[in-house]
Amino acid sequence: MAFVVGGAILAPYLPLDDPQNSITQIARRGPFAKAGTAPGHLLGGDPNGRDMLSRLLWGGRTTLVIATVAVLIGFVLGGVLGLLAGYFRGRTDTIMSGLFDVFLSIPAVILALALVTILRAPAATAGRATAGLDPEVALIIALGIVSIPVLGRITRASAMSWSERDFVLAARAQGAKNLRIVWREVLPNVLPAMLSIALLGIAVAIVAEGTLSILGASVPADTPTWGNMIAGGRQVISLAPHVVFEPALMIFLTVLSLNLLGDAVLAHFDVREASL
Amino acid sequence: MSAIQPGPEAPAGATPLLEVRDLATWFESDRGLVHAVDGVSFTLERGRTVGIVGESGSGKTVLTRSIMGLLPKSGVRRQGSIRFEGVEIGSAPPRQMRKYWGAHMGMVFQDPMTSLNPVMKVGHQITESIHAHLDVSRTFARELALSLLESVRVPDPQRRMDEYPHQLSGGLRQRVCIAVALACGPQLLLADEPTTALDVTVQAQVLDLLEAQQRERFMALALVTHDLGVVAGRADEVIVMYAGQVVEKAATATLFSDMKMPYTEALLHSIPTIDQPSHTRLSAIPGRPPDLVHLPTGCRFAARCAYVQDRCLEEQPPLRPGATPGHEFRCWFPVGTPEGQAARARNEGVEQR
Repeated sequence: MAFVVGGAILAPYLPLDDPQNSITQIARRGPFAKAGTAPGHLLGGDPNGRDMLSRLLWGGRTTLVIATVAVLIGFVLGGVLGLLAGYFRGRTDTIMSGLFDVFLSIPAVILALALVTILRAPAATAGRATAGLDPEVALIIALGIVSIPVLGRITRASAMSWSERDFVLAARAQGAKNLRIVWREVLPNVLPAMLSIALLGIAVAIVAEGTLSILGASVPADTPTWGNMIAGGRQVISLAPHVVFEPALMIFLTVLSLNLLGDAVLAHFDVREASL
Repeated sequence: MSAIQPGPEAPAGATPLLEVRDLATWFESDRGLVHAVDGVSFTLERGRTVGIVGESGSGKTVLTRSIMGLLPKSGVRRQGSIRFEGVEIGSAPPRQMRKYWGAHMGMVFQDPMTSLNPVMKVGHQITESIHAHLDVSRTFARELALSLLESVRVPDPQRRMDEYPHQLSGGLRQRVCIAVALACGPQLLLADEPTTALDVTVQAQVLDLLEAQQRERFMALALVTHDLGVVAGRADEVIVMYAGQVVEKAATATLFSDMKMPYTEALLHSIPTIDQPSHTRLSAIPGRPPDLVHLPTGCRFAARCAYVQDRCLEEQPPLRPGATPGHEFRCWFPVGTPEGQAARARNEGVEQR
């Protein structure tokens, strides 16, 4: 995990080749240089003769930023909605749960695909055609919206059970205002569950980005993201499998470590809970 | 400190602090209406202690929550009136109740394990309620919290302030809960089984603490418990509840010397005493409280009563006055009267045959 994030952060400072440029050295070895065949290019090159290692790290950067920011949107909005629904119950809850259910019943990839398409379409406002959103921004918003109901539901369920605890009633009996109770009494207790789900959410968003890339709805194809790299390598999978497998392995490792981290977060707070 | 002390004592003959009239709280359930509290009346003067006694499911907790106005929003039907310093608060919306909560009436809950927020430092939980009502600086609130912890006799309060609830023992936690409830100097403290979840050895300490605080602050205290022994030396008046109703009400001394209700007697007999030889079988009250949805037509205690007669099964006894003023009970064949003795003798005769 640290390796992936560290690599992504440090990518601009490492002595790597420009991920956009073809390296003659690799190109000379044939367009599908296998890993280890070109000196100095440990992971080989892609069909356009670009250094895979460099692209992997740069791609991780884009992928992680997109996934993290998207889940952050889901975390904040889904969290707020879920907390309010779980604490106030009643009509607030009915409306929000209904909304969550509607969004959850649409397959996530199709929903994200539709959202990306809508967000990127140039909106014709007042007769003047304005350009659609940047593809990265559109992708982030789409994935964010998709992750809202997931986080919202978890938060709601957790907030519901915490809101019934005596200390919430005690806070009420001391005259605390509702929003203050939600913020100070319920939220801190719900946070661990939210956090672990959010980490899983990042993993899911990474995979979703990959899926969208293959469907051609991600960022422009020459910007390296893991998804784009897989999508680009698809046509040559029989000739140069490493072009697909290397980013796939990165996704696999990242998702795995995010899952483990999520479990660890939950376990860490469970200890505290058990000692009560 | 003067800002948080209760206001000057009301002139004599003024309205009582708390006046509950025919309070009924019913819950809607799938099976029908649950008569959790069913026509309870009592008054509580400033600086006095009332003990509310009854077994599980007799409506004690719902009664205190009704007084506080801390009931669920839906599925509840309320009737009757609750007056606090002469102001009707029974039907006040939460928005209005908030200015009473904490500032005028405080509450101590049964289980100190669950009534403190596990992820908030003890000190913060106290300052939290200070800030909710008083416009004071952080440092002042902290000092106030410190002195509160000291007054509830938490040892080493300076250190405890920055600890989390799970680092404290049950007794200490309950002390913290009391400190939280006292933070803004309420005139009325409702303690809902404050010692039930505690070790026997700490129970007396916590009760003594409550009593001391009550006297010091001239606060009214409603002490809810299932243990007559708890209220014996502490309450000025005792209300015995059964199946949502008051079945006996008297000054504590009167209640213990001249109890009229067989239920009170049965409760008293279920407490072990030191002078009994060991291995004496405790007399439990047979059976269980009635279903609060389908209540019996007659006396609600009839099914478990040693004095039960045909009349008890047909007609519900009203609350009637006893010999001492202020003593009321709900029984056709009261304990210690000729009718009662005759009734009991008859029942025992039937059993022996």
